[in-house]
Amino acid sequence: MSVLVDKSTRVVVQGITGKEGSFHARACRDYGTQVVAGVTPGKGGQKMDDIPVFNTVAQAVQDTGANTSLIFVPPPFAADAILEAAAAGCRVIVCITEGIPTLEMVKVMEALKDTGIRLIGPNCPGIISPGQAKVGIMPGHIHQEGPIGLVSRSGTLTYEAVYQLTVLGLGQSTCVGIGGDPIIGTNFIDMLRLFQTDPQTEGVVLIGEIGGSAEEEAAAFVKAHLTKPVVAFIAGQTAPEGKRMGHAGAIISGSSGKASDKIAALTAAGVTVAATIAELGEIVKKVMGK
Amino acid sequence: MKIHEYQGKDLLKKFKVPTPAGDVAVTPSEARTVAEELEQGPFVVKAQIHAGGRGKGGGIKTAATSEEVEKVAGQILGMTLITPQTGPEGRVVNTVLVEQAQDIDRELYLGIILDRSLARPVIMMSAAGGMDIEEVAARTPELIIKEAIDPATGLMPYQTRNLAFGVGLEPALLRPAVSFIENLYRMFTALDCSLAEINPLVVTKKGEMLALDAKINLDDNALFRHHDLAALEDPDEMDPLEHEARKHHLNYIRLSGNIGAMVNGAGLAMATMDLIKAAGAEPANFLDVGGGASADMVANGFRIILSDPRVKGVLINIFGGILRCDRLAEGVIAAVKEVKVQVPIIIRLEGTNVEEGRKLLAESGLTFTVAKDMRDAAHKVAALVQ
Repeated sequence: MSVLVDKSTRVVVQGITGKEGSFHARACRDYGTQVVAGVTPGKGGQKMDDIPVFNTVAQAVQDTGANTSLIFVPPPFAADAILEAAAAGCRVIVCITEGIPTLEMVKVMEALKDTGIRLIGPNCPGIISPGQAKVGIMPGHIHQEGPIGLVSRSGTLTYEAVYQLTVLGLGQSTCVGIGGDPIIGTNFIDMLRLFQTDPQTEGVVLIGEIGGSAEEEAAAFVKAHLTKPVVAFIAGQTAPEGKRMGHAGAIISGSSGKASDKIAALTAAGVTVAATIAELGEIVKKVMGK
Repeated sequence: MKIHEYQGKDLLKKFKVPTPAGDVAVTPSEARTVAEELEQGPFVVKAQIHAGGRGKGGGIKTAATSEEVEKVAGQILGMTLITPQTGPEGRVVNTVLVEQAQDIDRELYLGIILDRSLARPVIMMSAAGGMDIEEVAARTPELIIKEAIDPATGLMPYQTRNLAFGVGLEPALLRPAVSFIENLYRMFTALDCSLAEINPLVVTKKGEMLALDAKINLDDNALFRHHDLAALEDPDEMDPLEHEARKHHLNYIRLSGNIGAMVNGAGLAMATMDLIKAAGAEPANFLDVGGGASADMVANGFRIILSDPRVKGVLINIFGGILRCDRLAEGVIAAVKEVKVQVPIIIRLEGTNVEEGRKLLAESGLTFTVAKDMRDAAHKVAALVQ
């Protein structure tokens, strides 16, 4: 078992003929993911390797049975791309694009509300269920199948964590980068809920960072609903106030969004919080009793 | 992106949000001319820097006459203004805003923010104006009235009434209050603001409502569709190194420590800063060279980190995923040769083609301290600062 993506996932890549889109479509396919279609308006009828390219997502879904979209469309057109995938019937939409205007995402979130469609991102590395499917830009080979569910707001920091787990023999059920923007489709709580009910997942790693209060909300959810052990790490303990630390959402405003508050909330909820990223893997190993 | 109060007020005027009469000046005599063109005094002279708390630091002064405006402007212009938000180094004031002083009956707060959890803009209004809204929220949350805006319908009239009556405005003020709120919200959405805060919004003794201050932040992600707004950025408000980094598309933020850090990815960069601190040193910067860092970007990153004379060593932490470690190592070697780096470099590489990358570093003839993992990197940083 895994969550959201598996061997039956059929992926359409929006923006497949671009540099990033083609590179990662190949990497996903080489990992074993069923990449069944690509979309680039105006390039319908062409092929990217052996993958058919369509003008619209609707056509791609109709002809190939794609049920999951992976988006590499540039920021001015990405909100439209998400809604196109939703309208075409994709149930899981992974948006890698960084730099979508926040008010565009407000509209997207409103449109997706109560549809049951799961948007991951934007500004995220995507999702991987090791041994099953990779729908994202993460390096597949550092992952290993196993019992740990991982959810993170970051990209390379997630790879670091996964790498530590794999080296210690702790495989992963599903790893999701939910994205570094202030408004994102899937949040920590959505993933915690999925991990709690997933039989393969025995423990959860949560990687947060400064900005907003998603970690505090996750802490409350863990306390109320999770029976599986949770280990967390929060990046940005040394970040100054009022500066955007790379990610659009990683900013301390006034007294809100500080790492110390997040760590305190998680600790109070019974989560084991690693003080530095260096010791994350070891702590997971200890908590999991392996 | 932050903009100045006077720039914010120029935008407010375009959206028919009333502001006090006034104009900017960069010399004391210009300030006097601005005052002479206004009605009778008194006047207010306000330092234009991005940080808040200007009044406490002596950056906002009243003047009875235009002569006094000139004198006061002379005191403020060129001063290094230190406020609770500037840090101890303060900011040099290059511009003042000269405005007609107002006969104030009461001060309100009006702000529009983006609520991350609701994924909607939220309008907040409070009768406790002129105070730090965070403090109001902590001490007397019942004084803050909130309305979340449904993007499908936009701001509805009943919501503006909830806000206006909620903060105790009498019926006679309803119409000006409603149009004030509606126009501010119109600006917020039309310009892709991330924050529009009027604190205080004053009611004058004559019954006018005016934006006495304006804190407007713009969504960086939306600047591609607002080229006129991108031009409002004031490079004087940025750290010179941050400004330089921006030109090279590098995400750099200067901090006060002595160990430089060069990392790929924002989350890992923050985690690396934290690791430096945990090792007993202080990070000198945040630097994300991005997922596809080229030799050029690495070289530019080195140049910027090393332009900070406090830097005593650099920790390079790269997790090569898509970016291969051997390519990165080539980039680092080329950059170190080109930039002639004089401080110790600790390098930690992991991921794709890491063995080839390490081999290249070892055979480069340059001195790198290679750390085998994050923990080892922390120890090596600690050894460096001892």
